[in-house]
Amino acid sequence: MIEVENLHFRYPSGVEALKGVSLIIKKGEFVAIMGQNGAGKTTLVKHFNGLLKPSEGTVRVDGVETTKTSVAALSRNAGFVFQNPDHQLFSETVEEEISFALKNFGFDEETIEKRITWALNLLALAQYRKTSPFLLSGGERKRVALASVLAWNPETLILDEPTIGQDYQQKEKLRQFIVQMQTQGKTVVIVTHDVEFVAECNPRVLLMKDGGVVADGEGREILTTPEVLAQSSIVLPQIAQVFLKLESLGLPKDVIDVYEAKEIVLKNLEKRRK
Amino acid sequence: MSVFDGLKFRKVYSPIHNLDPRMKFVYVCAMFVAAIIFGELIPLIALFLMPIPFVVLAGVQKEWLRSLRGAAFLAGFIFIINVATSFFYSGNVLTAVDVENAAAMTLRFVVLVESFSVFFLTTSPDHLGLALEQSRVPYEFAFAFTTAVRFVPVLAEEAQTIMDAQKARGLELEKGGILKRIRNYVPILIPLIVSAIRRSLELAEAMESRAWGATKKRTNLYALRLRRGDFALLAITVGLLVVAVYVRLYVPIPAVTQFL
Repeated sequence: MIEVENLHFRYPSGVEALKGVSLIIKKGEFVAIMGQNGAGKTTLVKHFNGLLKPSEGTVRVDGVETTKTSVAALSRNAGFVFQNPDHQLFSETVEEEISFALKNFGFDEETIEKRITWALNLLALAQYRKTSPFLLSGGERKRVALASVLAWNPETLILDEPTIGQDYQQKEKLRQFIVQMQTQGKTVVIVTHDVEFVAECNPRVLLMKDGGVVADGEGREILTTPEVLAQSSIVLPQIAQVFLKLESLGLPKDVIDVYEAKEIVLKNLEKRRK
Repeated sequence: MSVFDGLKFRKVYSPIHNLDPRMKFVYVCAMFVAAIIFGELIPLIALFLMPIPFVVLAGVQKEWLRSLRGAAFLAGFIFIINVATSFFYSGNVLTAVDVENAAAMTLRFVVLVESFSVFFLTTSPDHLGLALEQSRVPYEFAFAFTTAVRFVPVLAEEAQTIMDAQKARGLELEKGGILKRIRNYVPILIPLIVSAIRRSLELAEAMESRAWGATKKRTNLYALRLRRGDFALLAITVGLLVVAVYVRLYVPIPAVTQFL
């Protein structure tokens, strides 16, 4: 559980990136943090594993205040995957890359071996085990970065812009993977601009603007309310746009899922035919 | 990364910022020469104090101090190495003169750092490029130089992100003995270098696709012109050099230890 209370954060340059954020993320929740560039999304999640410490207010992870412990200790339970994989890849092989964190956390050889195989299979990277990460494509590097964090099986997973540079198929796999994490009772927090991805996942959505949270609720509700989204310059997901325009036909307007949309449209067409 | 902060240019207007970068560069070079020709502590202290009025006039004290703090580690290293070598060379005895010499060597390094710091803190990369071009340096080189300078803060920021990313994977930079600590920086340096190379290739492609170098003869919107302040700085520079050379040749310099 992550508890944030009246969190303020000022960068050394004097920019106040967070202006009093309070929220609670329960264990097993799936949260998408959205908002414009510079809204404070990444700054906020960097508090969840102690990379940044509050200038004012408190952040507690599983009851422990982040100022009272180290980044390494917090990271053991909160895996953070950065936006750009090139900011972390440095090893000669993918295998070594994944073992880096495991060694840092003091896993034994045998477990490391097992975890590497597990993580590689999970992200369809098994054939690259002995390849240099620098020879992989952008999307593959991103998956290596993800694998290197997943390998230690953290209770909370924080993903900064996980869908950038991924094709549709990979995004779908990512979604399934997040669902799988959820069934294991893990907490997943994603920072993203990708409305369509969020619409397909339907998580709890936190909308940020100018260092504050402007909306917090179910994805279905927030992503179908244009007035709320407009504050953060986010355009509605395409399905929601269609259903908003079809409202006069008596269709519900809070639809964001493709399959649900198909069902509703088919049922409606059938009704009309009769 | 505080060393980089000491080189970060911030746009402000002050008499020092408005000086011609060429003159400032000549001045820095003169400081460089003066610091090299003296190995004694007293003249180096004088040289150390010289840039301070410029710093105050330019109003960049905070950044300047930060760059000095950044150089402190290396300075300490130089001091220890110097003391250690003279200690072992003279058969395990350490005299006050040895310590003074070591201090002088260290101060020489600090003088170089502080002079360059003042130069970079008060000269915009654009001005610098302009100065190089007007000094007949081929545009390709001038451009490469200004681009390198301009990317220093970007690189510093990136280094911070990389550190965060590796810390999030359990890396503890301050852990272990000295060798382990140095090795701890490998996961930081490799991504930094790789992404710098990748970025430079991308930049080159982006520039070429926007017809970089299509015209051989370039013109500039702004031209640098020497003004009164620049001549004053030139006078200071020449004065500094003349005094330095004169003192070096004709004045016996006492050691601080003689007064003790």
